[in-house]
Amino acid sequence: MASLWRYVLAGLGLAALLTGVLAAVYLTAPHAPQRAGSEIVRSKKTANGLFVASFEPERGDVRQGELQSWLLTLKTDAGVPVEAAAITISGGMPQHRHGLPTSPQATDYLGDGCYRIDGVKFTMSGLWQLHFAISAAAGSDTVVFDVLL
Amino acid sequence: MSRLSRLLALLAMAVLAGCGKLAFSDAEKNTIASLALSALPPLKTDTTNRYADVPAAAALGSTLFFDTGMSGDGLVSCSTCHKIDRQFQDDLPRAVGVGRTNRRTMPLAGVAHDPWFFWDGRRDSLWAQALAPLENPLEQAGNRAAYAHYIKARFGERYERIFGPLPDLSDVPANASPLGSDVQKAAWNAMPAAQAEAVNRVFANIGKAIAAFERSIAPPRTRFDRFAAALATGIQPGDDAFSPEEILGLKLFIGKANCVTCHTGPRFTDSGFHNTGVPPVANLPPDRGRVDAVAQVEADPFNCFGAFRDGEASACGELRFMVKSGPELVRAYKTPSLRGAATRAPYMHAGQFSSLDEVVAHYSKAPASVEGTSEVHPLQLSDRERAALVAFLKTLAE
Ligand code: HEC
Ligand code: HEC
Repeated sequence: MASLWRYVLAGLGLAALLTGVLAAVYLTAPHAPQRAGSEIVRSKKTANGLFVASFEPERGDVRQGELQSWLLTLKTDAGVPVEAAAITISGGMPQHRHGLPTSPQATDYLGDGCYRIDGVKFTMSGLWQLHFAISAAAGSDTVVFDVLL
Repeated sequence: MSRLSRLLALLAMAVLAGCGKLAFSDAEKNTIASLALSALPPLKTDTTNRYADVPAAAALGSTLFFDTGMSGDGLVSCSTCHKIDRQFQDDLPRAVGVGRTNRRTMPLAGVAHDPWFFWDGRRDSLWAQALAPLENPLEQAGNRAAYAHYIKARFGERYERIFGPLPDLSDVPANASPLGSDVQKAAWNAMPAAQAEAVNRVFANIGKAIAAFERSIAPPRTRFDRFAAALATGIQPGDDAFSPEEILGLKLFIGKANCVTCHTGPRFTDSGFHNTGVPPVANLPPDRGRVDAVAQVEADPFNCFGAFRDGEASACGELRFMVKSGPELVRAYKTPSLRGAATRAPYMHAGQFSSLDEVVAHYSKAPASVEGTSEVHPLQLSDRERAALVAFLKTLAE
């Protein structure tokens, strides 16, 4: 009788320990991504290596829920600015399977390979992706930038 | 180890595990802080309406909002449906004005923060929105020529102090509008362009005055906000403390149940449009949501690109960069704020659900949309979890 009790208690003890450990893991695990603006890579080669693209907010910080302008700068591998590029933009939140809340457009060429991308808006925190299809004298290529907010 | 000490250890672990469930991680605390009313930014100036923050305009707008003279039959005002003591809505599944509409009256607290108006966002400013019910035959069923005459007769002096001289209306027909009956349309088309423009200007100013009033309708602070403030400062929340059930509901809302992906920020809305698989109401005409609103807002002569906007066209970014097509617009509706929702059933764009239990059951099952694709995925919530979500939503209405 006494030994049966011991097994039951030990069993319960183990279960409680497990619950405790699980609770600790649950509490310390990162639940949401980092806060505002910590996007991942701001400069990279396009998919087929035709251009080097960099993408950053025009006014420094990323704000949630506001229309913002960003700058896309396109250079060749040799560092020559890419002029007269036609750029189309799409994207969304891969984890939530929804698209962008706005349809951003390249509205201005500012010189030195730099294009203003207007109408960018991120409505919630999480991982966003912006896909650029770029077509210029050198050819057509694509690039995807992650923005984490 | 004695049996007693083993028992004590067991108890201690059980208590620890139990308490752990009630505490919030740093990430959760950040999310909770982002939902508190104190995080709501001040209302931005609306440069498209230079009367938006003029007190006399808001006062006139308030008069017009409650005036049943502002209707075709003299019986309906904005406040017939947007009732001041009912969170500016009417508790009906579908609104009733001069006729019966096919959509639910939207509450108005904090609405001025939004870029789009109506369940499908077919207007792009608060002042352009206000003009729609005035001429909708199912709502106030008036026409713009009649409203111009009415303003001159009833509120001429007040109007002129704000907007300057009223135009000469002596030759303007008593009833005329490009959107009215055939007779009214004919009367409108017979008006000289300058006269039509002058009537449109008065009409737009009516909208601008009403919008100035609506900007003052703010969401009240709730028990959730007091709880969030206490959590942020580490002070004991006292009477506002959440029960374990409410805490579970809050954790689900910002965690496993993913509600916060759309019901985000201090108004619990991303101000965007989503298909959430809410079924249509039988026997109503087809309602495709956002996808059919795009052409309407583009065609609206009172939109941001139109002649009646004040200020610069640079304020028209939302219209300029609007998503115009795509499968995600089909049966997408504006995410409603959840503040106060618990005390204003029924729910959804056509009053499809009569209780929060039904709403949460819908999210738990996440049925496919009749058209387009629902963005929500089945959650398989237990009875206890569903009740907890409802309990949490109630803290946003206390
Ligand atoms: C017959 C009832 C009725 C009347 C009268 C009425 N409304 Fe509404 N209101 C509604 C309904 C229904 C909706 C949603 C309609 C839709 O999406 O098609 C709505 C939507 C709105 C919205 C959009 C809110 C949002 O979050 O997008 C505003 C603002 C508004 N009404 C203000 C007014 C004003 C101002 C007036 C008077 C000029 C008015 N309403 C008259 C029923 C009414
Ligand atoms: C994909 C975005 C999205 C997610 C995720 C989401 N909602 Fe909604 N919610 C909406 C939209 C859009 C509506 C309006 C739908 C309609 O009228 O057809 C809505 C409506 C509601 C309403 C009715 C409010 C009213 O005034 O009619 C409640 C309550 C609600 N949601 C609660 C929740 C809860 C709780 C969760 C998590 C289980 C959740 N929502 C998740 C977008 C979302």
